[in-house]
Amino acid sequence: MERSSETQWKGIIIMISRILKHTVKQGFQGILRNRTMSVASVGSVAAVLVILGLVLMVILNISAISESTKEKFDEIYIYLDDDVSSQRIREIGEEISAIDGTLSVVFQSKEYALEQMKEEWGEDGRLLEGLANNPLPNTYVVQLRDVSYADPLVKQVEQKSGVEEVKYYSDIIEKLISTAEMIQLFGMVMIVILLLVSIFIIQNTIKITVASRKTEIELMQYIGASNGFVRGPFILEGIVLGMLGAVFAITIVLNGYDYLVSYANEKLFAMMSVYLVPSNLITMDILIIFVTIGVGIGVLGSIVSLKKFLSV
Amino acid sequence: MFEFRNVTKVYKNKFTAVKDINLSIEKGSFSFVVGKSGAGKTTLIKLLIKEVDPTEGQIVFNGEDITYLSNRKIPIHRRKVGVIFQDFRLLNKKTVYENIAFAMEMVGQSPKNIRREVPTVLSMVGLSDKANNFPNELAGGEQQRIAIARAVVNKPELIIADEPTGNLDPETSYEIMKIFSEINRRGTTLLMVTHDRAIVDTMKKRVIELKNGKIIRDTVEGDYYHDI
Repeated sequence: MERSSETQWKGIIIMISRILKHTVKQGFQGILRNRTMSVASVGSVAAVLVILGLVLMVILNISAISESTKEKFDEIYIYLDDDVSSQRIREIGEEISAIDGTLSVVFQSKEYALEQMKEEWGEDGRLLEGLANNPLPNTYVVQLRDVSYADPLVKQVEQKSGVEEVKYYSDIIEKLISTAEMIQLFGMVMIVILLLVSIFIIQNTIKITVASRKTEIELMQYIGASNGFVRGPFILEGIVLGMLGAVFAITIVLNGYDYLVSYANEKLFAMMSVYLVPSNLITMDILIIFVTIGVGIGVLGSIVSLKKFLSV
Repeated sequence: MFEFRNVTKVYKNKFTAVKDINLSIEKGSFSFVVGKSGAGKTTLIKLLIKEVDPTEGQIVFNGEDITYLSNRKIPIHRRKVGVIFQDFRLLNKKTVYENIAFAMEMVGQSPKNIRREVPTVLSMVGLSDKANNFPNELAGGEQQRIAIARAVVNKPELIIADEPTGNLDPETSYEIMKIFSEINRRGTTLLMVTHDRAIVDTMKKRVIELKNGKIIRDTVEGDYYHDI
């Protein structure tokens, strides 16, 4: 009894390994024998993924830039009246620190501010030396834990005596964020459209591959090959083509991006390249995303195409 | 072998291809199906290999009701039936040997069996020396012999030949018929659709004539045209 079930298992394993062998052999044979179509399929997957990669990079970097800019501009400048006593200045500083959401409160004296300005102006800084009075105000620079604390803080501080003006670049930040969000949304829409286009392209390329082997598929069905036996090699073919396309696209996108980042470092403002996301940070994500999409497109394309021909 | 009981097939476009057919084919027999184009011959084949389901009636194959089969069972049924086409349907990118081995691989035969069986059927159809040729390097009759070898290699119980000599000259056709006779002599049931009058008249086998989807004649040792 035990023995017969063991032989049965052995038989099943032999059968499965035979099916796998057939699938792999036929799948790769299909790719090699229909070289032109295979190259076209790989090319279209790669092309779509490269464009997808470009869009992804743009989205990623815009997000990064908007994040870091948000941090940079996320300071509130509180200018003080000139006639405020140093006692009151200290008090104001303490009062601001006590408000909810402040991360740091730094005092910049008017003298310090003038020095800073001279430094920034460089050569032209000499022009400032002729000033009889220092026109710059004493300032508190407040950093927030979060942008959401800004509005209540600004409102509270504005009403304090000794405060001349509160400057906060909220409009700039808001504009920046909304622009970034728009670009991201546009990118997402682009990605969805590209995915649909690529599935359509692959479906058509595999349709041609399948059509060129219509006789073979029909024969398989007349001979009595099981549906899995018929579909297997074609689905594997789709997977391999999608994977190859992904590998090409990964190579192109990662190398191209690496080149772009180093080019930006050399030729453009060092300032700008600081914002670019380094390529080693995204390698793994790109790898996973591209292989998944490539294989997905391949499988989906094969299944859609086979549906048309598996009617015998 | 198989039996059609009051089988009617109406296609989606309302065309009635076969109407109320009753037909019984004995195991080990050799029968011709004749009739003009559109008489229902092709539908008869399609019903037998489960390419289409009948609209009405019942089909029994080897005692098993095959009127309706699930998608999973259709391949298993088809392994019992070998089909030979007028246009051979060979894979031109595979050699003669590979074309026949293909049929065995498709049903999961072991490499050992394939290495044993392919040369046997090749010698039966007289193509042992052409094993490594590609089909389009061979003449029409030789190509049809590959198709026959491919149909018999999985040892089906029934062989259906759909105008197998339609593209061949008379002399080659006779050679093909000799092979069919040999296959039949070894016990395989043969059903051959044909327009070849000379062959039908020479073989003196059962003739089933279809017209407008109905059997109008069924003679044991018949001729292509009306019997006496």
